[in-house]
Amino acid sequence: MTTAVLFDNVSRHFGAVRAVDGVNLEIAEGEFFAMLGPSGSGKTTCLRLMAGFEQPTGGHIEIFGETAEGVPPYRRSVNTVFQDYALFPHLSILDNVAYGLMVKGVGREERRKAAEDALAMVKLPGYGTRRPGQLSGGQRQRVALARALVNKPKVLLLDEPLGALDLKLREQMQEELKSLQKSLGITFVFVTHDQGEALSMADRIAVFNDGRIQQLGRPEDVYKQPKTRFVADFVGSSNVLPAKLCQRLGLKAPSASLRPEAIAIAAPANGALSLSGTVAAHSFLGAVNRVVVDVDGARVAVASPAALAVPELGSPVIISFDANELHPMEDA
Amino acid sequence: MTAFAEPIALPERRGPAGRLSDFFWKHPYLLLTIMLAPPLLWLGIVYLGSLFALLLQSFFSIDDFSGLINYEFTLATYRQLLSETNLDIILRTVLMAATVTLASAVIAFPIAYYAARYAQGKWKVLFYLGVMLPLWSSYLVKIYAWKLILAKEGILTWFFEKLHLMWLLDAWLALPVVGGNSLSVSYTGTFIVFVYVWLPFMILPIQAALERVPGNLIEASSDLGGTPAQTFRFVLFPLALPGIVAGSIFTFSLTLGDYIIPQIVGSSRLFIGQAVYAQQGTAGNIPLAAAFTVVPIVIMGAYLFVAKRMGAFDAL
Repeated sequence: MTTAVLFDNVSRHFGAVRAVDGVNLEIAEGEFFAMLGPSGSGKTTCLRLMAGFEQPTGGHIEIFGETAEGVPPYRRSVNTVFQDYALFPHLSILDNVAYGLMVKGVGREERRKAAEDALAMVKLPGYGTRRPGQLSGGQRQRVALARALVNKPKVLLLDEPLGALDLKLREQMQEELKSLQKSLGITFVFVTHDQGEALSMADRIAVFNDGRIQQLGRPEDVYKQPKTRFVADFVGSSNVLPAKLCQRLGLKAPSASLRPEAIAIAAPANGALSLSGTVAAHSFLGAVNRVVVDVDGARVAVASPAALAVPELGSPVIISFDANELHPMEDA
Repeated sequence: MTAFAEPIALPERRGPAGRLSDFFWKHPYLLLTIMLAPPLLWLGIVYLGSLFALLLQSFFSIDDFSGLINYEFTLATYRQLLSETNLDIILRTVLMAATVTLASAVIAFPIAYYAARYAQGKWKVLFYLGVMLPLWSSYLVKIYAWKLILAKEGILTWFFEKLHLMWLLDAWLALPVVGGNSLSVSYTGTFIVFVYVWLPFMILPIQAALERVPGNLIEASSDLGGTPAQTFRFVLFPLALPGIVAGSIFTFSLTLGDYIIPQIVGSSRLFIGQAVYAQQGTAGNIPLAAAFTVVPIVIMGAYLFVAKRMGAFDAL
């Protein structure tokens, strides 16, 4: 398997601010890779390092085996879909899409055809004569995608491309992006702060915080087995059991994560672990009831199927879960 | 439930001021009319009216013997305007205005680009001060200062001497048309002073236009493979064009109409402004002076028309 993007201990410091601080990652060719994190976590700076808008202050970057430091953006076979699309307002949609081919000296007729094909691919055939200002947000998003893809990049970078769209459109675009990536086989690097988006689309996820990668892995693993408290909080909402409770459950770790949906409010079955506490709060979330159980001062959230009855506030309950669902973490 | 039922509307404001506020709130266009009427009247009657009167004058002629104005419509004055000497004046002025505009645009663009893209905080303040400061001092003082700078005994000559570049200055001054005895009596001198005096009027509109270009468009162009030169040509320049055109309207029309700079710095050959001044003053030929003033109006009209056709205002 070829490595598309390689970060070897890469840092980008702005004065005293360590936007990216010693990041290592390896993205495989044809992979859908998501960089997930809150704003200011360094994920966008990593993307800009790949695009060439930023140069690393330390470390080494390779794109398809070639050193990327010192290579300007216009000499990288990497294209970007910008957060607010960055379409050229003075050019028609067709000229926008054909821009990359135009600056590379492709003939007028050839690039017109390629641009029209690209527009058809993003389901905007015949929109070529319009101006960006005449399009809706979702349509502009598609144009930005076509404008990048028409250059047949080796890596496509997407900077929160769905952030400005409403929920329905976002879900639709998620599916389209995913299937587009599958059919084109291009490496996608996707920056988002939406954990649901990252989990549903990516082959692998890197969770960023404070300029560092907290955890890197497949969506299921990151979701089910968060390595740090930050990942447990940010990706979904795992319970973090303190050392005291871990010890009681026979686990030697500074803390452990436990998914709310892995817990049942019932006496333990064979081999299952259990804790007892009192109901501290509950709320109705549609498919499930969220029941918060107070276990010796530690609050444990339980996702209880809506079909089951909700125990009354203050009543003593026993919660049980499979031993496999309890995952030790690295920090307290 | 509150104990007291409070009225939904507050009680009316008392006094004439309160009543006036209510009245204007009910008739919003009345206030607008009152505020706009004086300037519109001024523009409409005093400004456009005098312009029209001027235009009318140019269709009269002057009696060569008595020097009195003959109030009969004729194109004789325009025939006079198109005589060789007068055409010479027009051509000289238009060429000067065009070169001054071009040079101003070339000099202003990098300054405006720096101010729009990079300058922040106190550097931005310094930029505005630097650009505006020359506008605060008297126009005449600046021009006389330049006359001294450009004079044969002036600081510029001294600099050229110190740098052992006198041969360069002499070679330039030996050139036909642009040369002369010294910079202060050459077209080159006139050109330098024009560019200096009008430069702020070019910088500010370009800066405003560039400020509105989102930075990520530059990155997008670069990302799509555009070299810096291509990014300038296909993205930055087209988006800055309305600003450049706005600035060039200032520099071009101001140069076309100015009569003080070429009189103080430059050769003794006339520019349109000087011709107008001479014709309506010493020569007393008001119709010809009027005909001369029509020239910049026609040229600017044509210029704006062409600029519009070329799409200079599309990005507005």
